[in-house]
Amino acid sequence: MFTPHTKHDVEVMLKSIGVEKIEDLFQEIPTQFRYPDLNLAPHLTEMEAASQLESIASANATTKDLLSFLGAGAYDHYVPAAIDNLLQRGEFYTAYTPYQPEISQGTLQAIFEFQSLICKLTGMDVSNASHYDGATAAAEAVILAYDNFRGKRKKVLVSRAVNPQYRQVIRTYMQAETSLQIVGDDIGTGINPDMQKFIAQIDNDTALVIVQYPDFFGRIIDYTQLIKTAHEFGALVAVAVNPTALGLLTPPGEIGADIAFGEGQPLGIPLSYGGPYLGFFAVKNPLLRKLSGRIVGETVDADGKPAYVLTLTAREQHIRREKASSNICSNQGLMTLAATIYLSLLGKTGLQQVANLCYQKAHYTADQLSGIDGFTLVDETTPFFHEFVVKCDQPIQEVLDHLLEHNILGGYDLGHDYPELENHLMLAVTEKITREDIEYLSAVLQEENHG
Amino acid sequence: MAEPTIFDLSVAGRTGVTFPEPDVPETALPKGFVREKLQLPEMSEMQVVRHFTSISQKNYAIDLGLYPLGSCTMKYNPKINEAVSRLPGFTATHPLQPIDTVQGNLYLMYSLQEMLKEITGFAAVTLEPAAGAQGELVGTMIIHKYHKDRGDHQRTRMLIPDSAHGTNPASSAMMGFDVVPLPSDGRGNVDIAALKELCDENLAGLMFTNPNTLGLFDENVCEVVNIVHKAGGLVYGDGANMNALLGVFRPGDVGIDILHLNLHKTFSTPHGGGGPGSGPVAVQQHLIDYLPDPIVGMIDEGDEETAPFYGFIHPEKSIGRVKSFYGHFGMHIRAYTYIAMLGKAGLRDVAEKAVLNANYMQVKLKSTYTLPYDRHCMHEFVLEGYWKDVPDIHALDIAKRLMDYDFHPPTNYFPLIVHEALMIEPTETEAKETLDRFVDAMLKIAEEARTNPELLHDAPHNTPVRRCDELKAAKDLVLCCYVGDDWPGEKS
Repeated sequence: MFTPHTKHDVEVMLKSIGVEKIEDLFQEIPTQFRYPDLNLAPHLTEMEAASQLESIASANATTKDLLSFLGAGAYDHYVPAAIDNLLQRGEFYTAYTPYQPEISQGTLQAIFEFQSLICKLTGMDVSNASHYDGATAAAEAVILAYDNFRGKRKKVLVSRAVNPQYRQVIRTYMQAETSLQIVGDDIGTGINPDMQKFIAQIDNDTALVIVQYPDFFGRIIDYTQLIKTAHEFGALVAVAVNPTALGLLTPPGEIGADIAFGEGQPLGIPLSYGGPYLGFFAVKNPLLRKLSGRIVGETVDADGKPAYVLTLTAREQHIRREKASSNICSNQGLMTLAATIYLSLLGKTGLQQVANLCYQKAHYTADQLSGIDGFTLVDETTPFFHEFVVKCDQPIQEVLDHLLEHNILGGYDLGHDYPELENHLMLAVTEKITREDIEYLSAVLQEENHG
Repeated sequence: MAEPTIFDLSVAGRTGVTFPEPDVPETALPKGFVREKLQLPEMSEMQVVRHFTSISQKNYAIDLGLYPLGSCTMKYNPKINEAVSRLPGFTATHPLQPIDTVQGNLYLMYSLQEMLKEITGFAAVTLEPAAGAQGELVGTMIIHKYHKDRGDHQRTRMLIPDSAHGTNPASSAMMGFDVVPLPSDGRGNVDIAALKELCDENLAGLMFTNPNTLGLFDENVCEVVNIVHKAGGLVYGDGANMNALLGVFRPGDVGIDILHLNLHKTFSTPHGGGGPGSGPVAVQQHLIDYLPDPIVGMIDEGDEETAPFYGFIHPEKSIGRVKSFYGHFGMHIRAYTYIAMLGKAGLRDVAEKAVLNANYMQVKLKSTYTLPYDRHCMHEFVLEGYWKDVPDIHALDIAKRLMDYDFHPPTNYFPLIVHEALMIEPTETEAKETLDRFVDAMLKIAEEARTNPELLHDAPHNTPVRRCDELKAAKDLVLCCYVGDDWPGEKS
C-alpha cells in the first residue's frame, strides 16, 4: 500500500542482489514457520478506512455531546487551534529523537523552551524533557530518591490523597525492591488523611515523602510543616502538581519541594481517552545528576553560534546499560511541544485567567450543589482549586445514571478507589463550563432528589 | 540566524489567546496560597506561530527525505492516520467515562489486540505500555513475577546478547536481574555453546532480538528457545525489528514467551521528535494472567440482535498497572488504521520490500565499506565506517557529511560489537531512486575521505548549525532560558 516499487524496480534490484525472487532473501527463516496464513479482514482503501474509523468514533458519546464534570487526573480544557496546526507540521511529528543536533535544532529548542517553562511554572531549577505521564513520573521520583540514598533509606511515604493510579504505578515499578517499603497511604481515610499522623511517620529511614498539590480531591493543603519535618530527617519531598493550578498557586519550588512532577495533559493536550499525555518532572539543583530521562542543554557549534544538544547523556540507558537507574529511552516529544505552544499562547495572563475561571466556576458549582437536599460538600473548610467532593444520600451509580440520561457526565465515583468513600462523588469544573451548565446540573440533581 | 527563545520574544502585555470574563459570582482566592510571580512568555498568536514554524524548519524529518536510522524503522507516516486519530469522537472522550459510552474506543482497542495477536502468533496482547522501553519493563516484570510465584527465587540471571539495545539491560536491572552478556558467533547468531553454559537453575530468561541489531535473522531461533525452556527460563522477544517479519514469520510460533512491539516503528505511528511511542506486549497462554492491569476484553459476545459489549479485564496475577489509564490510545487508532489498510498481503509486502531495500543497499555498498557479516540481511545492515588507509576518518565524520547531501545519517556507534558501526535501515516506503541517491552519496563520501578528508572532518557545512560542542554543553550546563529578576519580558 505504501511501497513505491514498480515491477521493473523489483527485477533490477533482485538482479543486483543476485537472487531470483524476494522469497530467496528469507531462506534463513525455518521453512515450517515461513509465511503464516494470517487471519485478518480484507484490506481497506483509504476511503474505506476513513469511513470505518468515523463509524467507530461515532459509537462513542463525547464530552462535546455530554456536559462533563469528570476529572480525577484528566481535564477537559480548551485547546487553542494554533497548537494542533503546528503539531501537524511534518518537520516536527515525523522527526526522530534529536540525536543529530545539526539537523534537529527545532525539536531541541522546543524541548529547551519546555524545560524553561516547567522550571518557571513549578519554581524548580532543572526539568527533564518529560516522562510518559504523571503516574510514571511518580514512579521515577521514587527511583530517583531510592537511588539518591543508594538504597540505604528504605521507606517511601505516600499520602492517601495522592492519585490512586500514581500509587499503583509506583508499587508496580518497585515490586522487585523487596527491601523498600511504600507506606503511608493507609493512614486516615481518603478525604481525611490525618496530616499529623502522616508527618509522624517521617524518620531517618525515609527516602521520600510524596504529596499532591492540589491533592487528588482538589484541596489546597499547606505542606510547610510536612516539608520542614522531612528535611529535618534528611528526606526528600516530591510534590505532584496540577500545572493549571500553578497559574494561581504558590509553586512547589517555593514551598521547599525537592522534586515537582505531574500530569501535563491540562496544558493543551486533548483527553484522547487517556493518552498520549505528558509527565513533567523537575528538581532542585542538588538532584540534577540524579534526574533520569533526556535533557537538552545550550552550547555552541563549530562557528561559535548558539546551538542546543542532548546533554548529560552518560546517565542514560544507551550508555550506562544495566547501571542506568531508569530504562527510559523516549520522551513524550510531541506532547512537550503541545504544552510549550500552549503556555506560549496563553502566557502569564492566559494561564492566570484559565486558573481563575476554573477556581471561580468550581466554587460556584460547589455552592449550588451544597444547597440541594441530599448533597453535602464534604470538606467545607479546606480551600480547593477546581475539583471537590460531595457526599450523596444515595448510591453514586444512581446519581450518575440519572445525570447521564440528561446528557451529563456527573463526575467520578470515589468508591472505585476508596472503599471508605462510598456515596462520594468528585466533580471537576474547567473554564469550558458555563454558568448555564452549572445551573442545568443543579436543576437535574434537584429533580432527581424530588423525583 | 539563531532563532530567539520564547522568553526573548516576550513583550509584556501581549497574549495569544484570551478567555471570557467569569460569568459566576466571584469567590475570594485562598489566602496564603496565591503566587506572587509567574514568569511566562507574553506573545501574540502570530508571534507564536512564526516562532514554532521557524524552528520546525531546522529539523530534518521523514516528510523531507530518507531517514535510514537503523533499528528505528523511520517509515512513512500515512496522513490518514493523523486525520482519523483527530476525530472528535476519539479525542473528546474522557478515560473515566462509563464504558457503555465509549464502546467505539473499546472496540478499536480490542480489535487492535486481536490483530497484533494474529500478526505475532501470541495468545494475548496488552496495549498499556507507553513505549518500547516500558514494554520491555513489562516483560521483565512478568518474568520476575512468574518465577517468584513458582518459588524459583534463585532465578536471577538474565542473558542479553552483546548486540542488544541498551534498554534491555536497563529494564532487566530495574527488576533486580543480574545481567549476563551473551556473545555472538561468527555468523552473528547467538553463540549456542556459550548459551548452553549459562542455562541452569539460576536462569531467569533470555532477552532475544530477532532479527538482531546486525539485521540478521538468527538461524538457530528454534534451538535457542528450546535450550532456554529446558533450563526453565523464559524467552523475551524484543520486537523492535518486527518490520522484517510481518506476514513472514510469527515469533509466537516458535515458542517465544513474551514479545513487545513498537507501534511507532513497525506500525507507522509517528516518532514525534522522540515520542509518544507505544509498546504493546504479547504473551503466550501461560502468562496471560500476569499482564498489566487492565486489558480490554469482550465482556458479552452479543448475538444477531445486539452488538458485542467491550470492557476491562483485570488479570488475576497481574504485575500491576504500569501507567495512567489504558496506554497511548491516540497511537492505537493510527496503528489500527494502518493494519486495516494493509491486510494480510500488505503486511507481507512491507516485510518483503523492507528486506529488498536493505539488501539492495547492502550489495551496492559492501565493496566500498566493510561488511563484517556478509550474509543476506533482513530489514537493516551494519557497515564499518572506517578504513585502514584513512585512519583519521571515523563513522561520525561519514554520518555528519551525509547531512550535506541532504540525508539523515544512519545510526552510528551501535551495535557496540561492530567497530565504528553505521547501521542502515532504509524501510519499505523508500523508492529505488532514493536508495540510489543515498548509495551515490555514500560512495562519493568514501572518495572524499581520500581526496579531501577535511570536508568530512568539518562536516556538516550546509546545516542550520554546524558540529555542536557537546563537551561544553555537559560542562557549562545551561538547561533553561535565563529569566532573572531583570527579565524585560514582563516589564511594560
